[in-house]
Amino acid sequence: MTDIQTRPTTATPARAVVRRSSLKPFLPLVGIAVLAIFLLVIAPAALTSFRLNNLGKYCCYAIAAVGIGLAWGRGGMLVLGQGLFFGLGAYAMGMHLKLEAAGPDAVPDFMMNFGSGVLPAWWEPFRSGPFTIAAIIVLPAIVAAALGFAVFKRRIKGAYFAILSQALTVAFAALLVSQIKYTGGQTGLNSLSTFFGYNLYDPVNKQMVYFITAAILIVMLLVTFQLYRSRFGELLIATRDAEERVRFLGHDPANIKVVAFVIAAIMASIGGAMFVPLAGLINPREVSALASIMLIAGVALGGRASLLGPAIGALAVGYGRTSLSEAFPDQWTYFLGALFIVVILLIPNGLTSVVPKLWQTIRRRRQSTAAPSTPSSLERMEASS
Amino acid sequence: MTAPDHLEIRGLSVSFDGFKAIQDVDLTLQQGRLHFLIGPNGAGKTTLVDAVTGLAKASGHAQYRGKDLLSLKSHQVVRAGVGRTFQTATVFEELSVLQNLDIAGGVHRSAWGMVLARRSVPAYVEEALETIGLSELRHRPAGILAHGQKQWLEIGMLLVQDAKVMFLDETVAGMSAEEREETGELLRRIAPDRTIVVIEHDMDFVRTFADIVTVMHGGKVLTEGSVAEIQANPKVQEVYLGRSAEGAAHA
Repeated sequence: MTDIQTRPTTATPARAVVRRSSLKPFLPLVGIAVLAIFLLVIAPAALTSFRLNNLGKYCCYAIAAVGIGLAWGRGGMLVLGQGLFFGLGAYAMGMHLKLEAAGPDAVPDFMMNFGSGVLPAWWEPFRSGPFTIAAIIVLPAIVAAALGFAVFKRRIKGAYFAILSQALTVAFAALLVSQIKYTGGQTGLNSLSTFFGYNLYDPVNKQMVYFITAAILIVMLLVTFQLYRSRFGELLIATRDAEERVRFLGHDPANIKVVAFVIAAIMASIGGAMFVPLAGLINPREVSALASIMLIAGVALGGRASLLGPAIGALAVGYGRTSLSEAFPDQWTYFLGALFIVVILLIPNGLTSVVPKLWQTIRRRRQSTAAPSTPSSLERMEASS
Repeated sequence: MTAPDHLEIRGLSVSFDGFKAIQDVDLTLQQGRLHFLIGPNGAGKTTLVDAVTGLAKASGHAQYRGKDLLSLKSHQVVRAGVGRTFQTATVFEELSVLQNLDIAGGVHRSAWGMVLARRSVPAYVEEALETIGLSELRHRPAGILAHGQKQWLEIGMLLVQDAKVMFLDETVAGMSAEEREETGELLRRIAPDRTIVVIEHDMDFVRTFADIVTVMHGGKVLTEGSVAEIQANPKVQEVYLGRSAEGAAHA
């Protein structure tokens, strides 16, 4: 850009700069469109129903990852415990599907085995589909808002916040294991055979669940795209980079962070909720500290501050986990670990940061070959604009 | 309108672990004047500004438009119409000049408006760009601006915030002579409908632009008056101006 501006005739380059800067913000939409075509058209045509179902699970991680990108990449909050919110959504959905599988007025099987055989009062509302959907959104929002206000108003940040969020996730998973009467314990909620009345053993219905999940991922990316280009998005970056300075713009940074944290929590919860019909079960392992770290790792791999990076990273980590664990059942975690080390050392801003860099290099090269004859390069610019 | 708009500081004291950084300061800051706050290092100038803008705990009163600023948090002080800059320019380096100014207008916007992207440049942002002379650089990232330009951008952000009281902490420190001149002119332009308080060490700058000067020393107000009065004051010469005044006489 600088070498354009130092050229003698400024009229045409100036226009080119303005044009580029007005179109550039919409480039991510192209990326989202490509991802949408891949997920909604190519993948269903190319993959077996087993593989497609797996891809659906990765999409669930990706939905949570988009939220992490917002909270961590843009907001600077290292959310190490998104498994908590993933789990809230997943168990809310799991409870509904479990009750649905048991049939009207019946009690889930594990309660007969381990509990009193009577449905606890707080399970009862989850018989209702609309209540469950509302709970998937409202529950994590309440928890995240309460936690966020308590933490950010006291100006707790950095590693302390990360440890706190991780600890809560560990506590949540431990609670799930210990309350076997209500949660199914270590085994969790399984044998979930229907999804809002649709039989999940039918491949067509299974594919429908996949489509819903992939569509939600695309919608979440669009929501985040709008958030990033909004004034809130700018303010969030400002808060990440200079929190104290934001106070002197007349904003309480705690409020800004809470909003981002709540949105991230809702996204994680929705991802968790969709995971359940795809997996046919939910158990504490899926919401544990390790699961939370896997989510963060995906975001770091893809590029936390970019729009598409977290989603692509999460899809890649999900896919990598499956294929590596199939090929090397015992050693796959080492491969994954090595991959992270390599990525973090070589491309700290994630895989997606490579694309704009390559693009810049190509452009610079084109410009430098055109530079010796100034008029012709101007002509070329005019022709291309 | 002018009468209730002045900022009245009465009996303001700040202490850090028993050390009295500021003792019982009375200060009246009136609209339309370029009010300079001078004094040797450790006199308590920045601490005074910190106290009024919610950064340091203080006792006493700082009345502005019926509010006691000392009871407000930093962001509430800003919303009450009092803004400040810092010794080291703190603009948002990754955002463009335009974004920096636009983001400062957030105090005027509804929560819902925050969800939308900026479609056009608001008139008050355009006006501020014009006033601080950075119109040409609007799309540059603020991080690559020159030191002086960053300070102007900060003043522009205060303009966009519509801060009626501005505390500027050593704004011209490290600027070239030409930049100082421009900064002074800028302050003159925006001063008439504002209360501007400048913390400054550079005596040439103070002499050229100050309408009124308050001298602080050891956490107290030593004296207040015009530049001439200050320079003639033997107490001031003793603690602070001594060498500078002589230097000025030779210059």
